[in-house]
Amino acid sequence: MLNTNLKHITSEEEFKKVLNENENVMVCCGRMGPMCVPVYGVMEELEGEYKNVAFRDMEFDAPVAHAIRSLPECRNFAGLPFTVYFKNGNVVKATSSIQSMEQVTEILEGEFLQKVAAQK
Amino acid sequence: MENNFDVIVIGGGPAGLTAGIYLSRAKMKTLILNEGTAGGQMILTHEIANYPGVESTSGYKLANIMKNQAKNFGCVVKSNVRITNLELGGEIKSAEINGKDTFTAPAVILATGGRSRPLNVPGEDKFKGRGISYCATCDGDFFQDKKIIVVGGGNSALEEAVSLTKYASSVTVVHQFDNFQAFPHAVDIAAGNPKINFIMESKIIEFIGDERLERVLIQNQKTKEITQMEIDGVFIFIGYIPNTEPFAGKLELNKWNEIVTNESLETSVSGVFAAGDSIQKKYRQITTAVADGTVAALSAIEYVNKLKEASLLSNAEN
Repeated sequence: MLNTNLKHITSEEEFKKVLNENENVMVCCGRMGPMCVPVYGVMEELEGEYKNVAFRDMEFDAPVAHAIRSLPECRNFAGLPFTVYFKNGNVVKATSSIQSMEQVTEILEGEFLQKVAAQK
Repeated sequence: MENNFDVIVIGGGPAGLTAGIYLSRAKMKTLILNEGTAGGQMILTHEIANYPGVESTSGYKLANIMKNQAKNFGCVVKSNVRITNLELGGEIKSAEINGKDTFTAPAVILATGGRSRPLNVPGEDKFKGRGISYCATCDGDFFQDKKIIVVGGGNSALEEAVSLTKYASSVTVVHQFDNFQAFPHAVDIAAGNPKINFIMESKIIEFIGDERLERVLIQNQKTKEITQMEIDGVFIFIGYIPNTEPFAGKLELNKWNEIVTNESLETSVSGVFAAGDSIQKKYRQITTAVADGTVAALSAIEYVNKLKEASLLSNAEN
């Protein structure tokens, strides 16, 4: 299991459930490696700011990761982590390798439209 | 939240976190502002085996211990923020983050570190994660039985070239000079590996492909001849550049844009100290960054205490 403060997706059932129950979902599929950890860090920071987005991580070497690794959008990816953004269960964006706070924020704002601030 | 601090540390790598530990333990109100994830480039290191007192650990684990140490002494750590304005002149310095919150302190420690140097050639951004990588331990296994290039001639480049032979069918090292900057033993190990070959005095000038990297253009620096090479992946290890762009014109930088300091790690601006990979120095290691963070913190403590004493004296006289 990944050593992050994010909620983890560990089974296909959980993956389907999170997509069914949330309009906007960001899943970072990686390992505890140097390109992945910064993305988890960005997600942990943003989780408090975007209550309209479900932030989840997924271990790249776990069987459930097949759900991400086999996506057509990830077909040409060759750099961890694979980060996928879902809206109403459909992929709207996918990135490979490390991403900065600005890059992630740009995608969240662009794909998930409005930012709904989390309740303090 | 109270926005006035004794010292603001810009950067949360080993230098910044160490400064945070020393400052907050000395009861200085300390804020660390970090534009990335706490740990800086240290978290890019998969295994650290030469940090004294620790047999072997990951950069991520060491970074988290340092961050928790700083927090446990009362240091405030804000990561993944965007520093939108930094005022270093005058007696009170200020840092604005995310275009809204402003923090002030009489002293600032700049520990902004460095970042991997990109090649800056066409196609590099497009194929990042689609054939171009800066981390062999992260992405090596995507290149099982593939042909790859490693760019660079330092220790990192040659050591990673050797480690990538575990996966790749062949590794071509492309280096711009006719000799290596790596230590001789690293060169010997790479040269003795049958999967590794070398293209010297040459640079990649373009990355080409459709949805993923397919080939590169390589130019010989002597003859200017350009050749095309079919390739599955390229790993780039050509050193680091200091994160000092925001300080240009505000304090003294050398010709490599490194911050110039004295032995107390004071910069050319009063009350501004610097530590870690962004300063002018020869060796860049976690241990040297930690040492810098200590020195900068102790210097900043002395500076702030003198200001406080002067202020008390002044108040007493009035």
